[in-house]
Amino acid sequence: MKQEALPRAWSAAGAVNSRISRFLDVCRVIARNRLALLGLVIVSIGLFTAVFAPFLATHDPYEIDIPNRLKSPGGENWLGTDFLGRDTFTRIVYGARTAFQVAIGAVFIGAVFGIPLGAIAGFSGRWIDSAISRVMDAIMAFPGRLLAIALVASMGGGLFSLYIALGVNSIPSYARIVRGVVLSQKEREYVEAARMTGESDFRILFFQVLPNCLSPLLVRLSLDFGNAILAESSLSFLGLGLPPPTPSWGLMLKEVTPFLQLQPMAAFFPGLTISLIILGFNLLGDGLRDVFDPRQYER
Amino acid sequence: MLARYIIRRILQLVPVLILVSIAVFLIIRIIPGDPVLVMLGIDAEERVRISEEQYRVLQHQLGFDRPIVIQYLNWMDRIVRGDLGISLGSRRPIFEILLERYPATIYLAVAALLTGLVIAIPTGVIAAIRQNKPADYAAMGFALWGIAMPNFWLALMLIVLFSLKLGWLPSIGYASPLDNPLLFLQHVFLPAIVMGTDLAAPLTRYIRAEMLEQLKQDYVRTAWAKGLPPRMVIIKHAFKNSLIAAVTVVGLQTARLLGGSTIVETVFSWPGVGRLLIEGIYARDYPIVQGAVLLIAVTYVFINLIVDIVYKWLDPRIKLD
Repeated sequence: MKQEALPRAWSAAGAVNSRISRFLDVCRVIARNRLALLGLVIVSIGLFTAVFAPFLATHDPYEIDIPNRLKSPGGENWLGTDFLGRDTFTRIVYGARTAFQVAIGAVFIGAVFGIPLGAIAGFSGRWIDSAISRVMDAIMAFPGRLLAIALVASMGGGLFSLYIALGVNSIPSYARIVRGVVLSQKEREYVEAARMTGESDFRILFFQVLPNCLSPLLVRLSLDFGNAILAESSLSFLGLGLPPPTPSWGLMLKEVTPFLQLQPMAAFFPGLTISLIILGFNLLGDGLRDVFDPRQYER
Repeated sequence: MLARYIIRRILQLVPVLILVSIAVFLIIRIIPGDPVLVMLGIDAEERVRISEEQYRVLQHQLGFDRPIVIQYLNWMDRIVRGDLGISLGSRRPIFEILLERYPATIYLAVAALLTGLVIAIPTGVIAAIRQNKPADYAAMGFALWGIAMPNFWLALMLIVLFSLKLGWLPSIGYASPLDNPLLFLQHVFLPAIVMGTDLAAPLTRYIRAEMLEQLKQDYVRTAWAKGLPPRMVIIKHAFKNSLIAAVTVVGLQTARLLGGSTIVETVFSWPGVGRLLIEGIYARDYPIVQGAVLLIAVTYVFINLIVDIVYKWLDPRIKLD
């Protein structure tokens, strides 16, 4: 069924060159891929929760209620309470806001720096390409999480530091994708034709060549959202991310760790939420890859 | 041919290592505040008690009064000679502390690698042989969930189950495998499972995909046609060739494991370099942070090098540039 859908997606893009019809084809292919659809549903629920957190929450996320600390799930507190008696469900709901906020900032920084760098490297070639590629290699020479930890340790915790630390990590992946596509496109006839009509290199690069990167970038964006959420949780779990009492899923896990024996459920739900949202982004990313990269169908 | 490749690959490593060292050198420079005070672990209150003259002496001793390029070259010169400075907390040479902590990280990485392979190889192979059957769905479910699951959460859940509820395994601590192998195995079991799952989840998917690819090849069809027993066809032909491609994934994931071991080492109080890094950050012991980051990054770069060489050695058809 998938294999039938694919040529339509590509032919729509290539022949008709209608963005709307291509978008609809992509939606159709995703709708037929059950796992991708599941990913889209999970991500949509996460986004909806983040946007409408104040309406979905049942309590105040910061309200301390010591007599009701470490309560089991059920009754007034659907998912129980944490070590300060704060409602776990409410903090998970508000945690979605934190997670998406950090992920959007990190992905934005990665894309805003990575895309032009990759484009310039691919289009200019020679020493500019070499210099940019070596810097990207150096960033990638660090294990991703280690670089984030080092940067956060240097800059201190907080939202801005997280944006930078996680964003810097993803710059090379965007730069590489864009560089690869630009390299493959810059010798094509349409680029030559644009040159002959007197268009500037800048216009050719950003308005003619770059739109070709959209498909692989979309896949990368989806996977990077998940990565950023996981990295934010990890850093917050280590106490290097957002400061308490911010409702962050990683921080929630860190705070209840000393009370595991008394109330393991307080650690169960925040971790489950992180897993589900990352699963959602990964499934969606895989699904998008299936749509855009026909070779994946072979596997 | 291979020797020439190895030499070229090592030469390529030089600029990468220089850039890594620049990044580690700059860690101290991007910390808000005066780098002299940061390196000495002096806060604003103590700064008041230091006279301007004393400050200049300290600044000169640390070399912070020279141009940044000279500072970097001096720092590199010391690093190459094994002088990573002194820990602000314990006042011991950092090189010595890293040497003490490094084996624990390596033992854990090896244990995690073995655990990962033990999980991933049979799961991936069975998933491929039983494609689109319940076993395949279960294996792919494990892989997808394993990739999505944060390792610190898995660590906490395993501690709850195996340490707190069942009381079978210790949740924290360490014993060297050279001194007490049995105790080491008890302590390494849970962290190795956590890090091994990190490795096994993507590897299972990869092995399955590679196996499916190989099972479609003509030489496998010929092997079936010759009437070879299924075990022979699957293990000796298809699996062996899948493994060559899997080496890269194994290597890259193992290198990634080292970077991610900070969290696992912290959760399980495993006295490795990752935990040392986090302790250094908590204690604002920046020379320690610098040393630990440098060691992990250099290890990562060298594992990648070894992976490339092994890959080339296993399959000479591959052109790596």
